[in-house]
Amino acid sequence: MSLLTAAGVSKSFAGIRALDDVGIEVAVGELVGLIGPNGAGKTTFFNCLLGMLRPDEGTVSFDGHDLSRIPTHRRAKLGIGRTFQRIELFGGMSVREHLLVAERAHRGEGRLWKDIVGRGRVTAAERERADAVLDRLGLLADAERPIESLSLGRGRLVEIGRALMTDPRLLLLDEPSSGLDHQETEELSAVLRAVNLDEGVAILLVEHDVAMVRALVSRVFVLDFGTLIASGPTETVFADAGVRRAYLGAES
Amino acid sequence: MLEDFIRSVFQGVPVGAVYALIALGFTLTYKTAGVFNLAFGAQAFVAAAVHWELHVHNGWNVAVSAAIAVLVVSPALGVALDFVLFRHLRAASSGARLVTTIGLLVAIPNITKLVLRFTRHPSTGGARGLFSGPDVVYRPFGDAYPITRDELVQLGVVVVAGLALGAMFRFTHLGLRMRAVVESPRLAELGGVNSARVGSFAWALSSAFAGLAGVLIAPTYQNVDAANFFELVIAGIAAAAFGSLVSLPRAFAGALGLGVASTYLATVLPTNSVLARGLKPSLPFVVLFVWVVIAPGLRGQRDVADPLSGVAPPPPASAADERSRSLTIATRGFWSVVGVIVAWAVFFAINDFWLKRIQVLLAVGVIFLSITVMTGIAGQISLCQAAFAAIGAFATTQLAVEQGMSVLVGMLLGGLVSALVGGLLAMPLVRIGGVWLALATLGFALFFHSVIAQLAVVNGGVSKPRTPRPLIGSIDFAADRAFIVLELVVFAIAATIVVLVRGGTTGRFLAALRGSEVAAASIGIGQWRSRVTAFALSAGLAGLGGGLLASAQQSVNYDVSFSPQVGLFFVVVVVTLGSRSIEGALQAAFGFVLFQPLILERALPWVINHIQPFLHVNAISGLFRDILFGLGALTFAKHPEGILEFQKRRSLNRIQRSIDRRKQQPTEAGSTP
Repeated sequence: MSLLTAAGVSKSFAGIRALDDVGIEVAVGELVGLIGPNGAGKTTFFNCLLGMLRPDEGTVSFDGHDLSRIPTHRRAKLGIGRTFQRIELFGGMSVREHLLVAERAHRGEGRLWKDIVGRGRVTAAERERADAVLDRLGLLADAERPIESLSLGRGRLVEIGRALMTDPRLLLLDEPSSGLDHQETEELSAVLRAVNLDEGVAILLVEHDVAMVRALVSRVFVLDFGTLIASGPTETVFADAGVRRAYLGAES
Repeated sequence: MLEDFIRSVFQGVPVGAVYALIALGFTLTYKTAGVFNLAFGAQAFVAAAVHWELHVHNGWNVAVSAAIAVLVVSPALGVALDFVLFRHLRAASSGARLVTTIGLLVAIPNITKLVLRFTRHPSTGGARGLFSGPDVVYRPFGDAYPITRDELVQLGVVVVAGLALGAMFRFTHLGLRMRAVVESPRLAELGGVNSARVGSFAWALSSAFAGLAGVLIAPTYQNVDAANFFELVIAGIAAAAFGSLVSLPRAFAGALGLGVASTYLATVLPTNSVLARGLKPSLPFVVLFVWVVIAPGLRGQRDVADPLSGVAPPPPASAADERSRSLTIATRGFWSVVGVIVAWAVFFAINDFWLKRIQVLLAVGVIFLSITVMTGIAGQISLCQAAFAAIGAFATTQLAVEQGMSVLVGMLLGGLVSALVGGLLAMPLVRIGGVWLALATLGFALFFHSVIAQLAVVNGGVSKPRTPRPLIGSIDFAADRAFIVLELVVFAIAATIVVLVRGGTTGRFLAALRGSEVAAASIGIGQWRSRVTAFALSAGLAGLGGGLLASAQQSVNYDVSFSPQVGLFFVVVVVTLGSRSIEGALQAAFGFVLFQPLILERALPWVINHIQPFLHVNAISGLFRDILFGLGALTFAKHPEGILEFQKRRSLNRIQRSIDRRKQQPTEAGSTP
């Protein structure tokens, strides 16, 4: 069953067609990749999926809901989590606080009066849930540390943990391996595989690192110059001559 | 009717032309340095004061004196500001830079007064005009449209300056380089342009524009007073905003339009009505506010970072402190002892003079808690907290005097009214955010000042009503000490609310938004609701504090306690002394109320006179308080938690480290046999 469907998405900037009739589908519990060389329109497409940009044409729907009129912050409540290419964390908070605030936000309990009568504090149950996720990501030892003291790789795991606290059914990951070394990329891949298998969270991986994508996903879409040039099972796509050309130039 | 309009054009264009100078200069620094320079009015004031001193006081020739003020003093000031401050703040947030300019706005006029021994001098205006001798009136278009020599000079100078600026941008090498820097500083640097030097030049130029405007407009004021120049700048900013802070020609047109419109408004509205008296001076603020809210170009426009700044990492946040139990107990013990001593002094030792000040201090402390919410928790700069406090003060007084309501209930209702106003005000504003939000709140504060606060329904008319003290059952809080107890209770409740909100859902959502808006949105936190809530809560606390202050002083001292300038000073004091904590708010209230009478006028002179026999010091001028806090706000970019908080934390950490070291030594000694 299809969870995320983008159909006929087009977007132009000042006459330049950044996306031209791009359509993808992600099924429930699927691990899918979206790759493409620099400037292919990956980030533009990603932003269209999340409502940071409004597509000129085409629709994006999630679980049968048309997303075009839903503001970015409501999409999280529908079950879409995300991470950022340039890491976005909450300065001044500890690692655990990142997860706690995400869980609160997901439950939608933001009433001022509750805070004023003293019912806004962190409960033991919330802490337990946050620690369970931290444990799975291998971050439990860092729970109390201020976020600024973490390495980029760990920070990205915190982003994933934060997204997981909102009980997503789909995770959109924007180039999660950028800036990570080989070891960190391996760890990240392992975490993503586990999240996908254990909880059935569908993942759309927008990536640059072909090796990571190849090792991880079952199906892949390839963008080049704003159009979808290939899609299908990973190995079939990578065998495709057009894809090789887009990635490796005329050399092959 | 038409005649009225044409006459307004004749009278309004010269005024608008001076606004245009401000708008041009303001746009210049915004574009080339990314600094939203609220201190621009202070720069204009410096030039006007220097000119007054040389020309009027010492009888120098007009041209020489004006040239020194505009061409020497002003550019030097601009370059100095760039050199000492703004060039180092490139990586700072736009909010931090805004606070810096507010600090300057407070500090510079007071430093000028101190240096020139300058107080509110009557301006050269009235009988004198720009030149010595009476102004000359020309009637080239008939008696209906007189135009004075001053106005002609204003117009002429502005036209020349505007054309020169345009020509410089278009035809000179320097202008080309400036445009390159505005377009892309990185690229300009790669092309061999020294963008720092271009930036300095822009500061000098814009400061000269400020000085020119100051010298030209000074004669139209009653006094050469910093407040007048501040309002002048608001008009200039409104015009600049009309050009979306990018287009110089549109800013120019906006300024002229504003000048004509405010003159025309004065002729059309019935004379001596509140509207006529209030709306004419407040038109720029209204225009500014409305324009910020509706302008399509400004909506969604992110704050412009300094174009010269690279991708610099944000300043590292202070690491979480780990203190041993004994140190915590020791500091708590210390403060408990201090508290007991203060309590003993308040209830048994001190006289009326100090009792009155303690009452003010506690009420101001509640008002300052509203800034803790706004700036410390929500991370926004609001410049209308004094107006919110005034709403509470007026409401409390009116409800108690006119409706015969209990004062305490009046205070609570006053707080609610203020919260409502704050929430409504925030609704269109919070999406805009940042510097624009600060500016719109300033527009509101000035509008409130010149229109709402003048209404008899609000201020109770000429017979200023006395705000009563509360009476609960048989307990009368008319006595000062009883009232202090009541204030302590109110402060404690307000502080508890702030702490609960900070640690609760709302506070943590706001902290997340402060950290990263996009990331907050990605987990489902919408900024609108959280920030409107913060605004309403903050306004409510300010209103409550305002009511308390009115009751403490038994009247609403609007000009002394609630005017927009006081509101700016509130922000400056709180961000200097600590905007993140309850302690910070109390320290700020202490600084605001007691620093002058206790430290400057008594403690410091006593110390100075006792440690050395040569120099005898009487009370130190209150100007120093304003200068000190104004300059203190300059540290905001580096220490957003407040410089005092920072120092306190650092010294506590130092003590902790020395304790740790002492503990380690014996174990090391024990391990080596």
